[in-house]
Amino acid sequence: MKVHEYQAKQILARYGVAVPRGEVAAVPEEARATAQKFGGRVVVKAQIHAGGRGKGGGVKLANGPDEAAEVASKILGMTLVTHQTGPEGRVVHRVLVEEALPIARELYLGLVVDRTAGRPVFMASTEGGVEIEVVATEHPEKILKEFVDPAVGFQAFQARKLAFGLGLEGETVSEAVRFFSALYRAFEATDASLAEINPLVVTQAGKLLALDAKMNFDDNALFRHPEIRELRDPDEEDPLELKASRSSLNYIRLDGEVGCMVNGAGLAMATMDIIQYAGGSPANFLDVGGGASEEQVRRGFEIILGDPNVRAVLINIFGGIMRCDIVANGVVSATKTLGVKIPIVVRLEGTNVELGQKILRDSGLNFTVAKNMRDAAEKVVALSKAKN
Amino acid sequence: MAILVDTNTRLLVQGITGREGSFHTRQAMEYGTKVVAGVTPGKGGSKAEGVPVFNTVREAAEETGANASVIFVPPPFAADAIMEAADAGIPLVVCITEGVPTLDMVRVKQFLSSRGTHLVGPNCPGVISPGKCKIGIMPGIIHREGHVGVISRSGTLTYEAVGQLTALGIGQSTCVGIGGDPIIGTQFINVLRMMNDDPETHAIVMIGEIGGSAEEEAAAFIHASVKKPVVGFIAGRTAPPGRRMGHAGAIISGGKGTAADKIAAFEAAGVMVSPSPALIGETLKERLKTTGQRAKEAH
Repeated sequence: MKVHEYQAKQILARYGVAVPRGEVAAVPEEARATAQKFGGRVVVKAQIHAGGRGKGGGVKLANGPDEAAEVASKILGMTLVTHQTGPEGRVVHRVLVEEALPIARELYLGLVVDRTAGRPVFMASTEGGVEIEVVATEHPEKILKEFVDPAVGFQAFQARKLAFGLGLEGETVSEAVRFFSALYRAFEATDASLAEINPLVVTQAGKLLALDAKMNFDDNALFRHPEIRELRDPDEEDPLELKASRSSLNYIRLDGEVGCMVNGAGLAMATMDIIQYAGGSPANFLDVGGGASEEQVRRGFEIILGDPNVRAVLINIFGGIMRCDIVANGVVSATKTLGVKIPIVVRLEGTNVELGQKILRDSGLNFTVAKNMRDAAEKVVALSKAKN
Repeated sequence: MAILVDTNTRLLVQGITGREGSFHTRQAMEYGTKVVAGVTPGKGGSKAEGVPVFNTVREAAEETGANASVIFVPPPFAADAIMEAADAGIPLVVCITEGVPTLDMVRVKQFLSSRGTHLVGPNCPGVISPGKCKIGIMPGIIHREGHVGVISRSGTLTYEAVGQLTALGIGQSTCVGIGGDPIIGTQFINVLRMMNDDPETHAIVMIGEIGGSAEEEAAAFIHASVKKPVVGFIAGRTAPPGRRMGHAGAIISGGKGTAADKIAAFEAAGVMVSPSPALIGETLKERLKTTGQRAKEAH
């Protein structure tokens, strides 16, 4: 789960990570009031769940309260397009107003779980403000790494190694040890999957601060962090994806015309692939779960048909332990209840497959029954392209 | 022989009195798996599915000689269940539970590193040696005894591949679902090593998906050490970057973990890659033809 920069900074500050003074504003007058309170220059930053905001015109400097209000009025309500938003962009509903700081250096600091090592890893680099992927490709030697032993946690000597590696000196090194350790505490305590400070700045007075902050959280651990779950911003999500997640369905909207409903994530991805292989384009990823009960199939249909681009639907269910006749009854019943009009291709496999196919054929509904995955993909792609 | 599980496996079920636990215990018994005990804290002394239930894994292992455990407990308790089994000295633990927090698994891996327990999963369908033993949620009926090893990060896509093999008359030695989470107990490489050493396994089907670099690492291992024919498939060619495709581990991030990279790594390692999920069985058949004598053995 993603959160906004201002939310990430509030969480980090709670664990002792140094962040600039800042307040969130939803209207220009609030931005003015904050600038007034801070005195002097402020930075006004658009709050959307995507990087590249500065380049897109979503981050502006303001000299005093009036300019802060003026800048905020331009950013609030704008559709911000960055390399991470896609061409449709995101509407800005809030800005973060922060004190402007005299910056001496910009560094990079990130914390993720390394899949191969099976433990958290700090990554640091002197190339602040640059995306870590770019640094990793162009200057991999500039990325410092420290793996955290989960038995003892992040140690001070590791923080010092990173600090000296970044070229920090004097009192700033001690400050870095406190900063890095606090970041690890926040990461661990909140079940984060990513904590990224880019840039981490050294001010002209030698202070370390998180100028920007990004935190992602492990969806599987949200059950023990209700306070983080509440930070979810529905404005940042596709409405169909939001609806699907409320029905416990794994749905991701794509831009094709063949809707697909599959049981199991791996088979769902493979079904998208085979649609493309057959010359079509998948409209979505949808995993209805291992069982594919009637209720799940009905919910799946509701989501898929909410996408106006969908011209045909492929249902691909590997029955496994769930018998195909039960799956077929569920598909028939859900199709009837919802009065589905567009062509549906069904591929069933597993126990009682013949009985399942017979139920579909005898239903009087407009099903096309497929023999196997390839057959199903070819049929659904042809139907999605037919003129009607 | 087969790997990980065979006719000598004595299984205990953690969470046997739950809905999933009891259902899959019956399925495993029908398949012929020797289920010897169940564990549900607080229900010790009772019986479930005809086997004795214990309060702790240690007690169950001591009383029944269980040498493998399968876990069906809900996500908040799964890490604890794995560690309890390891502490009791159970050599093989298969965790089916989906939705275990990643940092729980970080701690579990650390805990297991100093103990002799082999963990498969979590978020996996389990392990089956057809005709011998089934631990997990896969449908036994689609399998057939034989000599092809199957390794996969997925559940139903593995069934799809196994179904294709069986339809072509190609049986399996052992099928291992390693799980779709970012942190798992058993990696592709661990299973590849076992299958390479297993005289009953003559060829290997490996099914990967987008996200992480486990397939690339496996490809390097295959190139260096695996002497048997390997056929591969990677799911997620059409998956958009930055989106989690169902499995917690199936995400392309920072340009890493794409299907194209993984397919290229497979091909560079001499793995024959199935272009379509519908052709996994056919691709293996094709691969075996080119190895002559081995084809007969694999059947």
